[in-house]
Amino acid sequence: MATPRLEFRAVTKRFGNRNVGNGQDPVITAVEEVSLALADGEVVSLIGPSGCGKSTLLNLGSGLDRPNEGTVLVDGEQVDGPNSHVAFMLQKDLLLPWRTIRDNVELGQEIQGVAKENRRAVALRLIDKYHLSEFANAYPHQLSGGMRQRAALARTMAMDPDVLLLDEPFSALDAQTKMVLQTDLARTLKDEGKTAFLITHDLVEAVALSDRVLVMSARPGRIIEEIAVEMPGREKPIARRSHAKMADYIAKLMSLLHIGDDLEAA
Amino acid sequence: MGARESGTLAPAVPRPDAARSCAAATCCAAATIEPAPVPIGAAAAAPGTAGAMGRMRGRFNRKETWLSAIVLVLFIAGWEWGPVLLGIAPYNIPRLSLVISEGVHLYHNSELLLHTGITCFEVLVGFVLGCLLGAVIGYLLGMSPTTEIIASPYILALQIAPKVAFAPLFILWFGYNITPKILVAVLIVFFPILINVLTSVRTVDPALINLARSFKASRWQIFWKIEFPASMPSLFSGLRIGSTLAVIGVTVGEFVGGNTGLGYLLVQGEGQGNTGAVFAAIILLTLIGIIAYSLVILAERRVLRYMPQRDFGDVAMRV
Repeated sequence: MATPRLEFRAVTKRFGNRNVGNGQDPVITAVEEVSLALADGEVVSLIGPSGCGKSTLLNLGSGLDRPNEGTVLVDGEQVDGPNSHVAFMLQKDLLLPWRTIRDNVELGQEIQGVAKENRRAVALRLIDKYHLSEFANAYPHQLSGGMRQRAALARTMAMDPDVLLLDEPFSALDAQTKMVLQTDLARTLKDEGKTAFLITHDLVEAVALSDRVLVMSARPGRIIEEIAVEMPGREKPIARRSHAKMADYIAKLMSLLHIGDDLEAA
Repeated sequence: MGARESGTLAPAVPRPDAARSCAAATCCAAATIEPAPVPIGAAAAAPGTAGAMGRMRGRFNRKETWLSAIVLVLFIAGWEWGPVLLGIAPYNIPRLSLVISEGVHLYHNSELLLHTGITCFEVLVGFVLGCLLGAVIGYLLGMSPTTEIIASPYILALQIAPKVAFAPLFILWFGYNITPKILVAVLIVFFPILINVLTSVRTVDPALINLARSFKASRWQIFWKIEFPASMPSLFSGLRIGSTLAVIGVTVGEFVGGNTGLGYLLVQGEGQGNTGAVFAAIILLTLIGIIAYSLVILAERRVLRYMPQRDFGDVAMRV
């Protein structure tokens, strides 16, 4: 196998617990001995119960955090800080309210000192691609949630990263907008051959968008299962939703996660 | 090791959005800059149109305009004839026409324009210097939690100390000129700016900082591209408060010593039992405050164009 784009080798991350004194352990182990590897162009989803350390993995992958043990590698090189091969996108769009959509999309390249004409050209191309042309000069508050998240996707893609880290990017959107954006993302990932690591609570989303689904245990988070999605058309998540195998995958994931109770509580 | 890092690695606190969050956290000014809810559909349909001015004009319908005019006429009439009708002596509350004629008298005999100009100058210089000082120190403390922890008891003590009480001290130090008046204004303007800026820098959404970090932003870039613009709504609510406080500072400074400015004319009027002159000086001081406040609002509208539409007509937004 060629060098993985993104690799976690026996990664453990602990945090200090602020509530010490209540008889609790002073150290919280967020993730423990996590190993995983994403090949070039692969899309892998990670699901697991709330608070199992999914987002911790994303912070480690983007270089914003360092693991206590183990190593994180991008293209075989150890990650020891933010780097331009990796870009992330969160549930919050994180658009700067004082910048127009175009200036928001340009933010990353602006910080990295790309010449104004070049970054503008990239921004306008992406804004057009994600159907935001008439809002290029609008401010974020003037856009709907779905449009804002598309702008965030454009900002992420403007960095031309090799690896995308996506942390529940569509969880704040309504069901229909979500499906449209999932399709936008799936096509982008396929067309550009990007590698993506998608953290989500949405089992259907995980199966519809991915080549593989990893299941994480409750804290301390460990990878407990890996499921290869054997359905055609990764760039067509809507078609995958109604695929005959979909129900089987969902049933399997639900039993792995013991989430019958959680679903009723939610 | 885990404990050492936990401060920086703590999960981001969910916040609505950056501008909103710094607004909400800005001590007493919170209510003043909370953006009004946006009608998403309407705004999205016409992006970048409808400035704050248009919205504000649309706010007052004809009925409200007429009612305001009637209240104004009643106020003027009440001042003119009320004292006589109620049997209040002119040296307690002089009728409006007497106040105006006293103002004209001051204009001809006491260089009212010069005194007004001096007070305006002191307010302007005191306000600008106080804002610069407050903002610079606010940003520095905001960026360095350690410095803030060390400096905070002194800042708190200075904030609690009644600033106008320093006026006599400044006069002892600098004599009977405009410097002490400007210094009182600087001191009194300084704190609301400092506190607003400090709070806003501290409450910038950590996820925004992480976003910039993921682009490999330097500390300086994080400040200029994220923290500084994010602090603008708070800075401006501090400037609004500061613009009115500057007039107070200067007036007190002029009370305490010297022979220039509206505060001096006011005290002189008091000494002569000239209530009309006192009222005239109060009106002019109020006008200076209104102009200063309006200039801040004008600047704010230009700088905060990106914010959701807000109404500027309410008294409630002043403090």
